[in-house]
Amino acid sequence: MIEIKDLHKSYKMGKNSLHVLKGINFNVEEGELVAIMGSSGSGKSTLLNILGMLDELDEGSYTLDGVAIKNLNETKAAQYRNKFLGFIFQSFNLINYKSAAENVALPLYYQKVARKERQEKALKYLTQVGLKEWAGHLPSELSGGQKQRVAIARAMAAEPKVLLADEPTGALDSKTSYEVMDLIQKINDQGNTILIVTHEPDIADMCKRIVHLKDGVIIEDKKIEQVRASKYV
Amino acid sequence: MFNRDRWKEILEVLSSNVFRTLATSFGVGWGIFILIILLAAGKGLENGIRADFGDIATNTMFMWSRNTTIPYKGLPKGRRFSFKIEDVQSIKDNIPNLRFISPRNQLGGFGGGNNVVRGLKTGAFNVYGDYPEIIRQEPMTITSGRFVNHNDIQDKRKIAVIGVGVRNELYDRGEKVLGTYIKIQGVNFMVVGTYQKKDSGGGEEGQKEIYVPFTAFSQAFNMGNDVGWMAITALDGSSISNLKEKIVNVVKENRKIHPDDKRAVGYFDLYEQYNRVESLFGALRWVAYFVGVLVLLSGIIGVSNIMLIVIKERTKEIGIRRALGEAPWSIKKQILMESIFLTIISGMIGIVFGAAFIYGVNAVLDSVGPVDMFVNPSVSLGVVVSALVILIFSGLLAGFIPAQSAIKIRPIEALRTE
Repeated sequence: MIEIKDLHKSYKMGKNSLHVLKGINFNVEEGELVAIMGSSGSGKSTLLNILGMLDELDEGSYTLDGVAIKNLNETKAAQYRNKFLGFIFQSFNLINYKSAAENVALPLYYQKVARKERQEKALKYLTQVGLKEWAGHLPSELSGGQKQRVAIARAMAAEPKVLLADEPTGALDSKTSYEVMDLIQKINDQGNTILIVTHEPDIADMCKRIVHLKDGVIIEDKKIEQVRASKYV
Repeated sequence: MFNRDRWKEILEVLSSNVFRTLATSFGVGWGIFILIILLAAGKGLENGIRADFGDIATNTMFMWSRNTTIPYKGLPKGRRFSFKIEDVQSIKDNIPNLRFISPRNQLGGFGGGNNVVRGLKTGAFNVYGDYPEIIRQEPMTITSGRFVNHNDIQDKRKIAVIGVGVRNELYDRGEKVLGTYIKIQGVNFMVVGTYQKKDSGGGEEGQKEIYVPFTAFSQAFNMGNDVGWMAITALDGSSISNLKEKIVNVVKENRKIHPDDKRAVGYFDLYEQYNRVESLFGALRWVAYFVGVLVLLSGIIGVSNIMLIVIKERTKEIGIRRALGEAPWSIKKQILMESIFLTIISGMIGIVFGAAFIYGVNAVLDSVGPVDMFVNPSVSLGVVVSALVILIFSGLLAGFIPAQSAIKIRPIEALRTE
C-alpha cells in the first residue's frame, strides 16, 4: 500500500540546514495497523506529513497504492489527499461552526458528492462511531472523546486507502484514549490501513507493528502481538 | 455559484461576527450612497438647465446682417445690406443636411412704441413675418385656431397668430378672438389663432408676439425681397456648428461681401452653447463618479482589510479543509464570493438609502415649489446597474488579495497555527 525508498528530508533554517529524515525505507501492506514511535525531534511527524502529502520530500520515492507521489501541485495534492487519505489530528481539528454531521460530510463535499448522499453517508459513519444522536451538535457541545470520534468518522467518510493519525490520543485521558483506540482497532479489523504516530507505549502496543524512529532513521521495525483496547474499556 | 452549501457557509461566516460585518458594510454602503447622491444632484442640475432650453430645436443657428467692413467689388465698406429671399433657396441648394431654413422679418421689439391697435386698445408687440416651419424651431402650443400655413404664404394672406399675452391686452376676458381684426402699423390682419409658449426664461415677453405670413409681412410693410434674419436648423445627425461657416460663405457670395469680412454677417450658434452646457454636464457626471468611486474605494479597502483578518482567523480552518482535500481554487472562490456578497449587500443598502434620500429631496422640492436650475434630481436604472457593476468589481478587488494570501499558506503551516 505504501512504499517508501531512501527518503530524505531537511529543513532550511536560515543558513543552517536541519536534516530530519536520513534515508527511510519503509513499506506498509494493506490492512496493517502501524505505530510510528519516537521521541520528539525524531522525525516522526515529518514522516507523517510527507505520507499525508502535506509536505514534500527532498530525495527518495514515495508510492501510494501504486501511484508515485511526486511534484504535485496544490490542486493535485488536494485531490490525492481527498481520495487516498484520511487525517486524524491530536487537536481534532473539527470546524467549529459546522455540526458533527457537516464536519463528517466535508470530504464528500470536496468530492462533489450530491447533498443527500453526503448526509446519508455522514450519518452512517457517525453511527459507526456511536454518535448518531449527536449529528446535529456543534463541536463545542461535544466532549474530547466525542470530538475525536467525529474526526475519525470524518477521516473515514471519503473511504480513503490509508488513515493517518497524528497523536490521536494525545489530548485525551487514558480511559477515553482506550475508547478511541478500540474504535481504531475495530476500523482496522474491517481491513483499513492505519498509521498512528504516538509516543505513548501503551497506545503503540495496541497496534500490530511498531516502527521506532530516532534521529531520522528507523532503528527498530517489529511486528507485535496486539493488545486489544476493549479489555480496558 | 448557486451552491447551497457555499451560500450557507458564506452566511455562517458573515453572521459569526455581526457587528464587524455591519461596520465593514457601512463603508461600502456609504460610498455608494455618496455616489448616488452626487449623480442625482448632477442630474437635478442638468434637468433644471435643460428645462431652461425648453423644446427649442437646439441644433439651430440664427443669422442676421450687419454693416460690411471691407470694400469689395467696387462696393464701399460700411455698406448696410440685407439678406434676400433668394438666399434661402441658394442655401438650400448648396448646403446639404439642413432641416429648416426660416427667413424672418420683424417689427417692434424691445421697448418699442405701440404698434398694434384694436378698437380703443393699443399695445407694443413683436411682430414676426414667418414661414410655417418656425413652429418646429421655436415650439409653441396653438391654444385656438391654427398657425400660419403654406397657403397663407402663397396667397400673402393678411392673417395673424397672437400670443396669449397679446390677447389679454387687446381683448376683454371671454371675448371672441378668432376672426377679429387687429391693425398692425395701420394694416389690418385677421386673427386666426392664438398660441402659448412654454414659460422658459423669456417670461411674459414670449407670450406677447404676433406671427404673420412672411410674404404678407413683406408686402404690408414694404420689405421687398429683404430678409431680416434667418433661423437655420440642421438634420439631427449633423451639427449646425460644422455647417455654419459654409452657410455664411454662401450668403457672403450672394450679397457681394468680401470673403474675409468677418463682421458683415452676425450669427448665434445655439447648438454650440447647448453643447457647452452638455459638456459641463459631462464634466459634472465625471466628477460625481470620480468622487463617489474614491469614497467607495475607502469602503472597499475596509472590506479587503476585514477579509484579511477573517482569513487570519480562519487560517487553521483553511489548513484543515486543505488537508481534507479542498482544492485551492475552491477556497479562493469561497473568499471572493464572501467579499462580493458583502460588498453587494452593503452596496444595495447604500442604493436603497440613496434612493430614499432622493425621494425625500423630491418631496421637499415639490412642497416648497420650484427651485432655480434644479429640477427632479434622480438616478436612472442605468446608473444603478453601473453602480452594481462597480460593486461586483470592487468586491472582486477587495477579495482578491485576501484570497491570494489564503491559498499561499501551506496546509501544513496552517494546521500548526493555534
